[in-house]
Amino acid sequence: MSDTEGKEVSDKEKEHSEEKEMDTAKSPKPRKTPPSSGKSSPKKPGSAKSGTMTPKSPAGSRGRATPKSKGKREEIKMETPAPEEEEDATLPDHCEPIFLSSKTQTIFSCVCDSDVTKENRFKIIPKAAILEDLHNRAGVCDFHPIKNKIIEYPGEEFLLVYDRDFKFGQNFYICFSEETKEKLLHPPKKEGEVVEGEGGVPGEEAEDTTVYKYVPPQSKEWVSHGSEKEIKEESVVEMRRRLKVSVRRKRKLFGAPCKFTDRNVGDAKDGYVECTSYKDKTFDLQKIELDKGIQAIPWFMDSGTQTEWKYPRNANTQYYPREFSQHEQQEILKKKQTGTFMDGVCPRFQLALQQNEIMDVFFNDWLNLGEADNTFGSKADNHLKEYQSFADLQFSKEKKITDIQWHPTIKGIVAVSVAEKLTFDERIDNASKVIMTPSLILIWSFTDPINPQLFLEAPDDIHSFQFCPSNPNIIAGGCQNGQLVLWDISAHADRLKQPRGGNRNKRATVLPGFEDPNALKTPIVRYCAVSSIENSHHAPITDIMWLPDHVEINRMGVPQENKGFESCQIFTCATDNCILVWDTRPTKGPQQQQQGAKPKDKDGTKNPIGVPDTFKHLDLTWKPMLKVHLHKSEPGGDHAPTKFSIAEKQGDRGALSKATDGGVPDKEASVTGGYFQSGKPGSGREKRTLQTVKTHFFVGTEDGEVVYVDWMPQKDQDTGKIQTPKPDFYHTMHDGPIMTVQRSPFFMDILLVVGGWNFTIWKEAVVSGPILQSAPNPIRMTSGFWSPSRPGVFYISKVDGSVDVWDLLDKTHEPSITQSVSPSAITKIYPHAVSHKQHLLAVGDSSGTLHILEIPWSLRLPAPNEVTGVANYFEREVKRRGFVVQRWDFREHEKRELEAEAKKKAGIAPNVLLTDEEIEYRLKLEYQTYMEAEGNFLRELGITKEEEPLPQTYSVTQFLSDTGTQRHRNSVSRYPVTGFISD
Amino acid sequence: MSEVEETIKRIQSHKGVSGIIIVNADGIPIRTTLDNSTTVQYSGLIHQLAAKAKSTVRDLDPQNDLTFLRIRSKKHEIMVAPDKEYLLIVIQSPNEV
Repeated sequence: MSDTEGKEVSDKEKEHSEEKEMDTAKSPKPRKTPPSSGKSSPKKPGSAKSGTMTPKSPAGSRGRATPKSKGKREEIKMETPAPEEEEDATLPDHCEPIFLSSKTQTIFSCVCDSDVTKENRFKIIPKAAILEDLHNRAGVCDFHPIKNKIIEYPGEEFLLVYDRDFKFGQNFYICFSEETKEKLLHPPKKEGEVVEGEGGVPGEEAEDTTVYKYVPPQSKEWVSHGSEKEIKEESVVEMRRRLKVSVRRKRKLFGAPCKFTDRNVGDAKDGYVECTSYKDKTFDLQKIELDKGIQAIPWFMDSGTQTEWKYPRNANTQYYPREFSQHEQQEILKKKQTGTFMDGVCPRFQLALQQNEIMDVFFNDWLNLGEADNTFGSKADNHLKEYQSFADLQFSKEKKITDIQWHPTIKGIVAVSVAEKLTFDERIDNASKVIMTPSLILIWSFTDPINPQLFLEAPDDIHSFQFCPSNPNIIAGGCQNGQLVLWDISAHADRLKQPRGGNRNKRATVLPGFEDPNALKTPIVRYCAVSSIENSHHAPITDIMWLPDHVEINRMGVPQENKGFESCQIFTCATDNCILVWDTRPTKGPQQQQQGAKPKDKDGTKNPIGVPDTFKHLDLTWKPMLKVHLHKSEPGGDHAPTKFSIAEKQGDRGALSKATDGGVPDKEASVTGGYFQSGKPGSGREKRTLQTVKTHFFVGTEDGEVVYVDWMPQKDQDTGKIQTPKPDFYHTMHDGPIMTVQRSPFFMDILLVVGGWNFTIWKEAVVSGPILQSAPNPIRMTSGFWSPSRPGVFYISKVDGSVDVWDLLDKTHEPSITQSVSPSAITKIYPHAVSHKQHLLAVGDSSGTLHILEIPWSLRLPAPNEVTGVANYFEREVKRRGFVVQRWDFREHEKRELEAEAKKKAGIAPNVLLTDEEIEYRLKLEYQTYMEAEGNFLRELGITKEEEPLPQTYSVTQFLSDTGTQRHRNSVSRYPVTGFISD
Repeated sequence: MSEVEETIKRIQSHKGVSGIIIVNADGIPIRTTLDNSTTVQYSGLIHQLAAKAKSTVRDLDPQNDLTFLRIRSKKHEIMVAPDKEYLLIVIQSPNEV
């Protein structure tokens, strides 16, 4: 830079002298421009500017251009005002000269020569300010004449230019177009740039800010910049005279004949001039390295497509099948074509049809092949598999499970009752402890094997309980102390129904800070009714059963239709020699009045322990409605029942259809729908008696007897009291208390009885004894249960913790499977069909653990025709039983004969000849029966009175006995009759 | 009794025959032993199937033709005999055979 500056300085000195000589392209231009500037547009300074900006780059190549341009610049600088003034001589487009008074100037702060000067001519005035001024001063305002233009102006700010020299007639002119405004505002920049350039600072910053607009180039008049001189230099011009050359040859040589001979090229020196190659020393070629870069970029393309959105719409169409009318059909059928068609086609059909008739070719043999193989024991998978086990450390450990019940409707819910493992004496000794520990029924869910879902609290240990078949939220249980307890778990039914453990997701629904601390605790449900202790059993209730919902019995034990189809009667049995029947509905009489007053209590006082008052009417006052006392047929005590089984089955409504009308249907009873509270046991007249319901039932006793008795009380012949009749029969077949009396789910007259060391199977109509009696097992049996799906299978549990599976069709002398399940004695088993694919066996042991075992498919799926097979088996057994009885008679007879023979041989009077005494006795008996019949006959006719005949008959008989002959008896017997009549 | 009725009776007398339908070339039932809705359904659907089967057979060999179609299902067998103008459908339940 300093170099060029130095040059500049030196150049400047020469400037003036050289200026005249140097006829460069640029120097004359500024001088020439003035005349042309008149024509050129205001762009002209722009082009001049571009000229001034060039010097830097060509500086090196055009050695002297810089000083020249410098000089030119100075000239430009000096001259700039002039062209501008000259430019302004024409008013720019869209401008309007305007005179602003001094007042206006002060308002808009554009006072001449102070705010605006010649150099700083521009003033920006906002449109709003002018409009305000127009408004304020109206006609006085200097802008008034151009008011319209101001209002129309699109921009926000006006450019006001100071016209000092009144070139356009006024002191200011105003700009009405943005373009002009731009143009006017920009040129001054050029001035600033030149100034900067002079200061030696490159005007790059200024350049950067300039917004370049593309102005299409316009053709201009050609201006000579000196190029014509260069062209002139290039062209060839004759500068000197042309040279003249003369060539001569002898005349004789012209046209002389040529003689060509061969010669060696190498020898010839005169024939050619050799130009040998040599290294040119002046040649200098510089290698220049060149950096070049190339980059390939992928092509980018923007494209778009759009699909049309169609709204889904409902559309429909309707059609009806084409059909021929009756007439048309007939027409077609009558055609000959139809007939021929049918004839032609018929044989094919007959062939096909016959083929199918003869044999089903598509019969799948494979599907029907394996079935016979499924019999028990043929496959490996026939063992009970442990599925789950439940034990509560606090409440069931070290206690024995007394009863198990599956929930009738909710899958995976099983309830167990637990009791202390104490003998009667121990119980008395530890009475204080026993009283303090709660007696509970635990309800378990498969979802939570740790915590029971529900506890049912009882006044004493429960030995037997059952869900109400029509309402599974009602549970009846029998206590150790003989009381009958009822629970209503309706409030907790949701808890049981929850698919996951009832207490897990409870928290989520509770607001933070309001969590129930007991949310995770298993709720304890208090019993809602307990029977009156005076009227209850006097021994532990060993068996309990709800009467099926279609039947109810009245106080006389007559089975009647239950219109409500709600189970409301309970059978219980205990070892106090009786079976009691309870009704859950309120009894008539004074209690009914109580019931009327009840609704008030319901709303007002809520039961403090949260006990639902479903059975409030029963609590502590509940009495049995029927008592079945089990007398023994012969004197010497009564039967002490432990289990019983009645013939009616829940869900079997067959008895209803055969019911006989016992009176007018009880409309009232059917209208009042309410169940336990509103329903009342109607009188016998209103309800239909169910004749087909068997009132005889089987009872298993503590002494191992099986008793068959009618629960309907009858008038006793001896005492005249109405009481339970003597049992029809009883047999002692077991060596210990009966633990199970259960009817087969497939055959209602077949019963399984388990007790002591063996089990027996009974058929209801066979009175002589069991149709099957097992051999005594070395281990005592504790309970038994029929398989719910296989008619010939039942399960027997034993005290050594094992379960026997018996399949009557497989073998009857020993169990098909014996499997050990628990280390302690099993107290109760209960198989349950959870689903078609899954059967579970609940096993309760004496250590309080409930084992759930999965029943293998071989024990689950009945073999084909198993029902008929088992039925045939039972039939055979019944026949065998008949034969046994026959043999008994035969043996008896034989025995008697043998005895007689023995007597004969011993010389005692022959058995055939009767002594006189004997004959007389027989005759006496015969006569007595005759007299009785006669008396009855006469009484029926109303001929005789009640008292009279008896003593007389007696006297006659006495008399007769004295005479001792039949003839006499006959004649005399007629006598009193006639005598009576004559009397 | 017309020829048609006789034939129908003859077919009906076979074991397990549960229905006979005569359908015209357009799939409109002419004579049926079934109830109306079943007939309409059978005739409409079987007609289409038979037409398709017929075209298949003829496409494979233009000189060949479909004479009889037997459809064996789980419950029954449907036999179809197509002709130029008519279609005879017989439904037989072989399980009851």
